[in-house]
Amino acid sequence: MSDDLVTLSVDGVEVSVPKGTLVVDAAKKIGNDIPVFCYHPKLEPVGMCRMCLVEIGLPMRDRATGEPLLNEDGTPQINFGRGLQTGCTVQVSPGMVVRTKTDPVEQARADVIEFLLTSHPLDCPICDKGGECPLQNLTMRHGRGNSRMVFADKLHMEKHVPLGDLIFLDRERCIQCARCVRFQDEVAGDPVIGFHNRGRHLEIATLSEPGFDSYWSGNTTDICPVGALTTADFRFGARPWELTPVATLSPHCPSGSNMTVSTRREAKAGGRSVIKRVMPRQHEAVNEIWISDKDRFVHHFAESADRLTQPLVRKNGKLVAASWTEALDVVAGKLQQAGTAVAGVSGDRLSNEDLFLFQELFRKGLKSNNLDLANGRLAGGDIVAQVGISSGSNLKDLGKGDVVVVVASDLHEEVPVWWLRLKQAAERGAAIVTLNVRGTRLDKYAKHALRYVPGEAVATLRQLVNQSKVETDGQSDDPIAAAAATVGSAGNLVAFYGAEGLTYDETESVAKLLANLLLLKNGDGHAGKKNNGLIPVWPHNNTQGAWDMGIHPSFAPGYKALPEAGLDAHAMYEGAASGTVKALYVLGADPIGDGLMDGRGKLDFLVVQEMFLTATAAAADVVLPAQSWVEREGTFTNAERRVQRYYPAITPVGDSRADWQILAQVGERVGLGKPALAASLVFRDVVKAVKQYKGMDYRSLAKYEKQWPDVGGDDLYYGGNAYENRSGLGQQWVAAAESGKVGMFEVAETAVKSSPGLKLVRTAALYTPGTLISHSAALLGPRMAQPTLSLSTADARKVGVADGNRVEVTANGMTMTATARVGDAPDGVALISGVAYVPGTAVVQIRKLQEEKVA
Amino acid sequence: MFGEIVKGLYTTLKHLFQPPVTVQYPEIKRPVRNRFKGRHELKRYENGLEKCIGCALCAAACPADAIFVEASENSDEKRFSPGERYASTYEINMMRCIFCGYCEDACPTQAIVLEKSYELSFYDRASAIYTKEMLIVDVPVNGRSTPQVVEPGIFNRAIPEMEDPK
Repeated sequence: MSDDLVTLSVDGVEVSVPKGTLVVDAAKKIGNDIPVFCYHPKLEPVGMCRMCLVEIGLPMRDRATGEPLLNEDGTPQINFGRGLQTGCTVQVSPGMVVRTKTDPVEQARADVIEFLLTSHPLDCPICDKGGECPLQNLTMRHGRGNSRMVFADKLHMEKHVPLGDLIFLDRERCIQCARCVRFQDEVAGDPVIGFHNRGRHLEIATLSEPGFDSYWSGNTTDICPVGALTTADFRFGARPWELTPVATLSPHCPSGSNMTVSTRREAKAGGRSVIKRVMPRQHEAVNEIWISDKDRFVHHFAESADRLTQPLVRKNGKLVAASWTEALDVVAGKLQQAGTAVAGVSGDRLSNEDLFLFQELFRKGLKSNNLDLANGRLAGGDIVAQVGISSGSNLKDLGKGDVVVVVASDLHEEVPVWWLRLKQAAERGAAIVTLNVRGTRLDKYAKHALRYVPGEAVATLRQLVNQSKVETDGQSDDPIAAAAATVGSAGNLVAFYGAEGLTYDETESVAKLLANLLLLKNGDGHAGKKNNGLIPVWPHNNTQGAWDMGIHPSFAPGYKALPEAGLDAHAMYEGAASGTVKALYVLGADPIGDGLMDGRGKLDFLVVQEMFLTATAAAADVVLPAQSWVEREGTFTNAERRVQRYYPAITPVGDSRADWQILAQVGERVGLGKPALAASLVFRDVVKAVKQYKGMDYRSLAKYEKQWPDVGGDDLYYGGNAYENRSGLGQQWVAAAESGKVGMFEVAETAVKSSPGLKLVRTAALYTPGTLISHSAALLGPRMAQPTLSLSTADARKVGVADGNRVEVTANGMTMTATARVGDAPDGVALISGVAYVPGTAVVQIRKLQEEKVA
Repeated sequence: MFGEIVKGLYTTLKHLFQPPVTVQYPEIKRPVRNRFKGRHELKRYENGLEKCIGCALCAAACPADAIFVEASENSDEKRFSPGERYASTYEINMMRCIFCGYCEDACPTQAIVLEKSYELSFYDRASAIYTKEMLIVDVPVNGRSTPQVVEPGIFNRAIPEMEDPK
């Protein structure tokens, strides 16, 4: 037996567990459920609630000789001490004997339940947790059924306290286990709630303004073992047993967070099946059991009253309702008429099936390579295919000796799940190196926080990469050299790169330089090894899939280079304005609304496939109503190249159709043959065309295995209310470096263009207004990011702007108004957040607006 | 043999002169027993507030899945029931109902009661679904109809004080 394993017996059953395991976890491994309230496998044990009291005995030893004392029959003598011990704080030791079913233990459990219920209001019939409540379940299992406490002496406290806009607190129901407080401190790193007062009057209070200011607040409701914390969204929405859980994926985030939507048919919605809540679904390699509030609360757009319900065709200058047959005939006819002057842009929130058929329609049906993402911010999909993070990697495995490099990205605002997991990696001992134009939240956990001057990101990164090649002692005053020494000594190396303040071309250079960093040491580098590789911080949930499916002017599906590249999105928009592009197909994107395209220009024909009447759709000749992600099935590929399935959850809105269906029907009309009847069949064609997806099908993507810790199931008290994953863990495709040698990338030297003037850099904010979030009810309204311009104190003085002033910002011909914040930016840089995407760094003009007189 | 015929006719004759047991329904209705379980009613308190808190335990208890409840939140400006929550939709499909009375047993506020009415017949399936308006009893003489506007601070409990089942 290995030295790291410890054998103990729990109720007579022998179990071997790693050293340092807690008694409750050891018992759990053999299916012995020791009840807990305050303990949670993802949090540090505190032993506050006393529910896990058990008898723990240790083998006795002779004091003089140290030899084990034996009974007459040869069994070791066990000393159980004088009292019960908390199973959640005691670590296992060899020969330990645990008894969990004895009378004193049962008595203790009943007593603890009795105490916890002294002031509990017993309002289970109306409680949102009722039915999936650990307190309710454990009371039924271990409680006495009556109480010696006087009912009339119950303490009455506030029932409905808003902790911010999203979470409500019921002070009577709270059993003071501190799971929420500890989650915010330990896991989320946002210590914005805390205990106030003592004893019976102890209560949870929010310490931030606005209240409960964290992107993770919803998770506290999942791990709350009672109904004290509930979401504003689900308040009185339904009883948990009435809900139908359907597995889905985040429609926003490139991490591919696994979620479950709980649906129910609703009379208020005319008998339709609607989403009642969104909960996390366990995937320990993706999002563990956490989801950000954006994933949890931004789903209402699917049921918005503004959704398009039928095809619209422009007649006499007006968009009027039409039949599908008519609309599709018009689209197919007009696209074919345009000949080679046809082009297509797509959003990156659509499924792989949609994007693949879009590509088939253009390349095979219309014989055009004019295909691109509508708003390509980040390049390097082809580089990720070479040196992307190796399959089987898990950010949870990163720890001491490992290094994570994050370039040009604010992960806390862009992909909160990664921020959370990197923070935890740093706490386990991994060194984080950030390289940004300004300070980000991750800097607090970073070993080296480097800065680059706007426009010089590539040069600075090149310096870092070059110096990492050289062996140094790590003792250097130069921050880049010090960081390079850290990177050079990395055990495992993971590199993230984003697009903050970078142009599209610069992101490509950054990706290549990081790829070289991973490939250093002549092929014996990091790339291709487990827990090593490149992760792009894509803007949306399926940007990776769009690259894989060949939504690119110069790549066919599977990154096959095309002999002749088509127009990129920028060229298409210019072509539309000048008239060289005659027909444009816009799939799930809003280039006019995003300011990328200046109206429809000289286009003969514009077709938009959308959920809402966006600015682009309003200018179109035909608008095809598409279904949202919860109405149909499909697959998304996350930035770690994990292909995952999601399932249909609610009744489709109106006469809308799934994107892949619409595209297949247009395809049929341009001569691509009978459309596929199911998304799974389209995926079969995807697998044939994309060699990286070989071996995948809908069945293999739905495979799952038991994960640790246990969540869901009957033992809700243990891991919280997150759903167990029974719908598939997905499959990661293999990067080229894993199966063969990959050469270094050439990155051309670019002359550093230093131009005078203040540079504008757009920074991300999680709740930046957009089509989906704006159609998602008023819940997040107060939290929405407002346009904000941050300047350094010196720069603010130069342009004569004070904190809180309204300013007009002009850069690259775009004008925005924003509120000024002084002091948060480095010198020479103006940071703007809460606005649509602005690429690169542009010289900015700032004009103070006259204060409006307040009457 | 003759004796048997006389005996049989005697029984016939005897019943010929007895009062009939047939009741001329619907002109005449027999009283029902105390424990008869007929059509449900949703009860009100004396002040007119609804007893139902929309907990859907009746729906959970129903073996025929005949009950559908949707809850909403009370406010002092628009108050339906004394607690935080009330049933904004309450439907019973009378064609599914087997009149077992489990809903009544499950109800924590004794809001749903199977009363004596048994005249349930329909021309179509849709009209077999009884809505909240059809099920709820009339407002008592001294009560007010719901929703009520009430003084803030009176109804500050999550659920009304519950009594042991009688």
